[in-house]
Amino acid sequence: MFELEYPFDSAYIMKKRKSIKKTLLSDGSVRLKKNIAVLGGSTTNDIVTVMELFLLNMGIEPTFYQSEYAQYWQDAMFPGEELQNFNPDIVFIHTTNRNITEFPNVTDKPEEVDELLEKEFARYKQMWNAVSERFKCPIIQNNFEMPFYRLMGNKDCSDYRGRENFISRLNMKFYEYSSQTGNFYINDINYISASYGLKEWSNPLYWNMYKYALCFAAIPEFAFNTANIVKSVFGKNKKALALDLDNTLWGGVVGDDGVEHIQIGQETGVAQSYYEFQNYIKAHKDLGIMLTVCSKNDEENAIAGLNHPEGVLKPDDFIIVKANWENKDRNIANTAAELNILPEAIVFVDDNPAEREIVKAQLQGVKAPTMDGVENYIQTLDRSGFFEVTTFSEDDLKRNEMYKANVQRAAQQATFENYEDYLLSLDMNAVIDDFIPMYIQRITQLSNKSNQFNVTTKRYTTAEMEEVFASDEYIRLYGKLTDKFGDNGVVSVVIGKKDGTTLNMELWLMSCRVLKRDMELAMLDTLVEKCREQGIETIKGCYYPTAKNGMVKELYKFFGFEKISEDEEGNTVWQLNVADYTKRNNVIKVHGNGDA
Amino acid sequence: MTEEEIYERLNEVFQDVFDDDTIEVDDLTTADDIDDWDSLEHINLIAAVEEEFGIKFKMGEVSTMKDVGEMVDIIMSRI
Repeated sequence: MFELEYPFDSAYIMKKRKSIKKTLLSDGSVRLKKNIAVLGGSTTNDIVTVMELFLLNMGIEPTFYQSEYAQYWQDAMFPGEELQNFNPDIVFIHTTNRNITEFPNVTDKPEEVDELLEKEFARYKQMWNAVSERFKCPIIQNNFEMPFYRLMGNKDCSDYRGRENFISRLNMKFYEYSSQTGNFYINDINYISASYGLKEWSNPLYWNMYKYALCFAAIPEFAFNTANIVKSVFGKNKKALALDLDNTLWGGVVGDDGVEHIQIGQETGVAQSYYEFQNYIKAHKDLGIMLTVCSKNDEENAIAGLNHPEGVLKPDDFIIVKANWENKDRNIANTAAELNILPEAIVFVDDNPAEREIVKAQLQGVKAPTMDGVENYIQTLDRSGFFEVTTFSEDDLKRNEMYKANVQRAAQQATFENYEDYLLSLDMNAVIDDFIPMYIQRITQLSNKSNQFNVTTKRYTTAEMEEVFASDEYIRLYGKLTDKFGDNGVVSVVIGKKDGTTLNMELWLMSCRVLKRDMELAMLDTLVEKCREQGIETIKGCYYPTAKNGMVKELYKFFGFEKISEDEEGNTVWQLNVADYTKRNNVIKVHGNGDA
Repeated sequence: MTEEEIYERLNEVFQDVFDDDTIEVDDLTTADDIDDWDSLEHINLIAAVEEEFGIKFKMGEVSTMKDVGEMVDIIMSRI
């Protein structure tokens, strides 16, 4: 919904939130349902109602629990029945510098302030440990914003007795904890408040009148920033950028002006702005964001522009370059299909409002932020939070290479007559075996972002996945696939729970980047093998339809399972007699942990 | 701006905030007359009124306003 995209009109959202909520809830979209416990050190009511809007717009339907006023610590340490039964999927601890128990005095000695710091930090650490032990779910914790006055003036930041100094040190301790602890995310209100304007943000009227730790008008910015972390944790980040060229990546029109006259590089201020923007875009590659071009241009001109000696981005940086005169919505739909991602995982970046409108109208869910003036490009994209980083795995670093290899594979496919010949020519090797600790993070990440090849769409937090890993009630498999073009990384996860001689499948997912490679059959072969070793006679699997997983509706049938039931909503249950199964994969060499 | 115009614009703000097109406020309207007007919505209402008229209420005023008439008096004195 346009009204909730950055840069949004905060006053409008605050005023119209009731009708915005009605509109969102009646748009017929399917959303992830999540329970969010908000443990506040100040009033949270309006924060929660606005956060709900942003989350609904991001594809998540939240149910909130809110602490009684300022009861965050008590709730975390000694949760009441309501919170205990609430079963949060995420806990958000909304504390601010108003909640710091004791600041240093100007008369304190350094050791006394050190002690104070440790004491304050211990209070938080104790709370985080209690929450993660009890609820085993991700925690979002605010850092602290700067104080609204400086008793010592400029010295307040550098002197150990200054509040500013004390807050900075406390923040550093939070970051240390965060870097050592999984499933723990800092909500950077120190940055957001500075960006908003600390003077307005911390207007004491709102604290003294309403016990809000930020000004009323800043609530949408704050709620949006927090919602971005939540949506990222639950796998709702975007995956790719589709970039226009003329007046988006450089100034001018390469086809009309000629390569030598486009604005990019160090010559003018405008050229420098585009240079800075290209730098910003290129850095996304390392975050695992896929870069593609979508431009109305002759391909020759587009490539010439990208080869401009002063430019940062080169043709090689893009997985796909669509430079033609087709409608852009068609090009983006094709890009999505070639990358095996959903169109809604793409952010379309174009300076032309007409192009943005047509793409948004034709492809539901594709974001096309308002790119108005090159000097605003970075800020607009950055603050939109499309690619908010929460987990970051080795695979992210390599993603661009992997997808590029995919495009090469597709080119080779065209030269084979028989598909199996083609698959054999890929020289595929897989490791398929029980989980190992090194991959738990990637396995969890997959469970949260695989939507299409996913029969149950069951999501796991890292803590839940670790529980599955530690228990002997499960048969677990991960699959990692390599071929002659490169390493695809961990691409498939299968989890089944044992019940006597039956194995009930809880998860069967695969990354779409390895579709049609018989990887699913290789996984099935190994699963059956493990079942035989452990005396399992029957494998039972369910398919739960969602808006996105239509491609696996008949997966179990394809596997040779027999359908035993189907309800009105299309949920189906299947079973396989282990004894009847014969090996299916002939194209992938399969290895176990340790012998790859 | 005339008092009449203020009431007209204020009425729209009330309708937006409480998401109810049937609301008609006059000088004697109080929180008791509008179902959802509780202390939590009060802050939302104040913010929307401030935004609409480009004014700021003082801290004391926010808690002591008795009815819409008083709110309009303050608005009149600020614009």
